Amino acid sequence: MHIPDGYLSPSSCAVMYAASAPVWYWSAKKVKETLTARMVPLLSIFAAFSFVVMMFNVPVPGGTTAHAVGGTLMAIILGPWAAVIGVSIALLVQALFFGDGGILTYGANCFNMAIVLPFVGYFIYSLISRGAAAGSRRHWFAVALGSYAGINTAALCAAIELGLQPLLFHTAGGTPLYCPYGLSQTIPAMLIAHLTIAGIAEVVATEGVLAFTRHSIHLNLPGNIGEEGGMG
Amino acid sequence: MKGIRKLWLGLGLLALISPLGLLASNTAWGEWGKEELITILGYAPVGISKLGHIWHAPLAAYRVPNTGAGSGYILSAVVGVTLIVIITWGLGRLLSKKE
Repeated sequence: MHIPDGYLSPSSCAVMYAASAPVWYWSAKKVKETLTARMVPLLSIFAAFSFVVMMFNVPVPGGTTAHAVGGTLMAIILGPWAAVIGVSIALLVQALFFGDGGILTYGANCFNMAIVLPFVGYFIYSLISRGAAAGSRRHWFAVALGSYAGINTAALCAAIELGLQPLLFHTAGGTPLYCPYGLSQTIPAMLIAHLTIAGIAEVVATEGVLAFTRHSIHLNLPGNIGEEGGMG
Repeated sequence: MKGIRKLWLGLGLLALISPLGLLASNTAWGEWGKEELITILGYAPVGISKLGHIWHAPLAAYRVPNTGAGSGYILSAVVGVTLIVIITWGLGRLLSKKE
């Protein structure tokens, strides 16, 4: 899901930076209001976890690969605003040091994986888990459905951004200038990868690490700092 | 929060087994480089040829010069985790409330 440089036109990249910028600003503001010094190590650990989990490539139908992101996990534990900051930092280090995702496309990649993903995941999670005790069957289901919906919505956003390119930007002869694949190819390709294996990988990573975290430290779920900073 | 040590250990363990992520070696959909696209499509769009290498990452593709793929991947995980922890910790300290 890390769109490389050259796949989106510079104008599309500017639009995506413009879409992400206000959310970064609000996130910093919300986190400033709600983050306690005690939570800083946790935010660091889960941002780093997101980075590492994205290194675990899994084979997907069609012969390509995909990976989990861990963004919904961060939103459940620290709140969606903190997740925006955490995943954005992981994506920044990936782009700058490892060439995973572009520099021009960083705004788009953050929009998909650091904004849409944790917010959709957290929204679905809190909708289903409301009133359910952590560890209950309904809570498990809320975590699974939230993380699954989050990564798939993010993949759909990436597919739309990519698929619009040949429609909007081509030579007079019709040759695509940037991403060469249209919506009819990008949407099935991204969704098949994420509805199947990558979605399951995200669910397994989220449930597994959440259980491990609850076992290791006392967690006041849902959304320790996300209560008033959530979707509501 | 003593249990947080377990989380650091878990993170370290994941970094150690990260080369498992290399078993699926194919490129992710839509992340092909210029050369791969030429193989697949027979051409590379102008934008991808021009902008694809606008930035040269020091450890591109999680490879460390003069290091094997597996150990380079682990080293990349360690470098990445260290950088992210430093940045997040710094920013977190800056933003968080004193208790």
